[in-house]
Amino acid sequence: MRITRAVMKKIIPWLFLTPVIIFIILSWVAPVALTLYLGFTDLSIKNFLAFIRDFFTPEVHITLENFEKIFFGGDPYLPEVLKITIIYVVSVLAINAFYSLILSISIAYFLKHDYLSLFLRVSWLLPRITPGVIYALMWNWFIDPRYGMLNTLLSLAGIPKEMLPQSWLLDKPYSQILMIMVNGYIGASFGMIVYTAAIKSIPPDLINAALVDGANEFQVARHIIIPLLKWPIFFVVAWQTLSLLASYEQILLIWGAGGGGGYAGIARAAGVMVWALYSYSKAFSEYQYGYASAISVVLVVVGIALILIYFKLFGFSRLMAPSKVEV
Amino acid sequence: MVKVVLKEVSKYFGKVRAVDNLNLEIKDGEFVALLGPSGCGKTTTLLMIAGIYKPTKGRIYFDNEDITDLPPKDRNIGMVFQSYALYPHMTVYNNIAFPLKLKKTPKHVIHEKVVKVARLLRIDNLLDRKPSQLSGGQQQRVALARALVKEPDVLLLDEPLSNLDAKLRIYMRAELKRLQKELKVTTIYVTHDQVEAMSMADRIAVMNQGKLQQYAEPNILYDKPANIFVAGFIGNPPMNFIEGSIMEVNGEYYFDSGVFKLKIHRSLGEMISSKTEEAILGFRPEHIKLVTTKAPNAIKGIVYVVEPLGRDMVVNIKVNDTIIKALASPEIQLTPGQQIYIILDERKIHFFNKSTGEAIV
Repeated sequence: MRITRAVMKKIIPWLFLTPVIIFIILSWVAPVALTLYLGFTDLSIKNFLAFIRDFFTPEVHITLENFEKIFFGGDPYLPEVLKITIIYVVSVLAINAFYSLILSISIAYFLKHDYLSLFLRVSWLLPRITPGVIYALMWNWFIDPRYGMLNTLLSLAGIPKEMLPQSWLLDKPYSQILMIMVNGYIGASFGMIVYTAAIKSIPPDLINAALVDGANEFQVARHIIIPLLKWPIFFVVAWQTLSLLASYEQILLIWGAGGGGGYAGIARAAGVMVWALYSYSKAFSEYQYGYASAISVVLVVVGIALILIYFKLFGFSRLMAPSKVEV
Repeated sequence: MVKVVLKEVSKYFGKVRAVDNLNLEIKDGEFVALLGPSGCGKTTTLLMIAGIYKPTKGRIYFDNEDITDLPPKDRNIGMVFQSYALYPHMTVYNNIAFPLKLKKTPKHVIHEKVVKVARLLRIDNLLDRKPSQLSGGQQQRVALARALVKEPDVLLLDEPLSNLDAKLRIYMRAELKRLQKELKVTTIYVTHDQVEAMSMADRIAVMNQGKLQQYAEPNILYDKPANIFVAGFIGNPPMNFIEGSIMEVNGEYYFDSGVFKLKIHRSLGEMISSKTEEAILGFRPEHIKLVTTKAPNAIKGIVYVVEPLGRDMVVNIKVNDTIIKALASPEIQLTPGQQIYIILDERKIHFFNKSTGEAIV
């Protein structure tokens, strides 16, 4: 049989895409499906061995118990986790999407010195290019109440000793502030890359026109630059919400060590147990695989719901388009 | 309305001298064009007057007030950019109202003024549109309205017509000139198009490579160009130039190009030879008379190409290796290869110093 040109033209793109599609199925679709399935089972340390020997073992039962536990108050600690997660996502998002906007405008617009601006941009990128473990370790040193620099710096700045925490890791709300700082400092660089590129692509004529029209530098930022960054802001907000919902690595690295809480370490005591980390600790320190999966499923559903809402709000095609400045 | 004075203004970008020691005075209510090829420093000059750029050296005055260090917002200027620079996220109404809002003008006054200037520019039916929904000509009017609504002391226009199609450009030329005369606002108009400058401006400042070449009324630029650059830049088709030397034979003076000898008046010859030996002869295409029969003191050439333009035609004539352009009435029948004689009107020829480029006559 001869394959015509037209058929080939349709096949070839798929041929090239196959490796990536297989990869996505294995690394994303399959785990989601598995998690979804496990969420409806009572898989735990008791029947785990039987399960890995035989996927269809009768020892694992299909049940709705996990979701009943989540939604009908079966787990008294969950409301706390929910509260911490909301604080975490909203505050870090505020840093990543809005504080980074202020930073970007300062660095890319107010600061007229090119080299200094470049230096500051690069320095904000440092946490992102530092390996995660080292980044966490550096924070651990930095916050150490006796040897660390943070308390010393704060008391140098005139903050009285009584207001400084004994332990940044354990004393609430300092631990939660720390959680927000650690993640915000990494995340802000993402917004900064997107925003500074967008600011630099605003035609200089527009800014000059506003200056001639009588605007001062702040009015230029408020009336011209920020409205023109509408799409980059939407993009960063959407992207960061989703990645924050699922993120827990830095918290695990800093609070994960010791404390008797297993893999989740002292996160629970410190009040930094976010939803994703809770799922992780349920699975890998308490071996309640079924329940942990159910918690993750809720997160996936919330994530998908948020994606749909964002797509609806901002328009799918516009959101997927490269970051742009509307001119 | 103010008088604008630039005193020894220079602007360097690194080693590049964008504007070099510029002295310029623009009278109250005058319409001045800054004319020159791209990269000559005219837009840089405009942006310095606007306050976007700070001069490296020199001072700028509005009336007698030194405004060199004043930020743009305190200069009360209106400016139209080549790209129009309309704010894409605002409606036409808000674009025009923006300068007034920044001045904290009361809302009803803003409304009155916006509607008034929109009517003046005939865009009052477009006020709720976004700039992206406008044609180039409409955008240009909005930009002009935004510049005029704050009743500026100085109106700065940076090639405002260059993005319009040819027909609209000619229409807007007259429109802008009428508007300027009506509002009597001191206007500085940057353009590379000599026709725009000639047809609209009261005075033209011709610039090249950051330096002011000549600053005069349009007819003076045309009749008495200060140097070879101005002579070549003003006029279309451009002035013809032929290099040669002045020689004296038995008390009579000739311009000798090596190919032909042109007899010139004794006083003219004496004046040129007192200044330089090597000279450049310049004459405009429209000041050439073409005859088909041999005539005294005529330059012999061969018709090379004829470009009919309807009302008249451009005849390209080959004199040895040089092409000379002449404007002729289309009634003469000319065929390429035909022999022809060029007669120059001695009152309308120019001589330039070959080494300096300065005009001698």
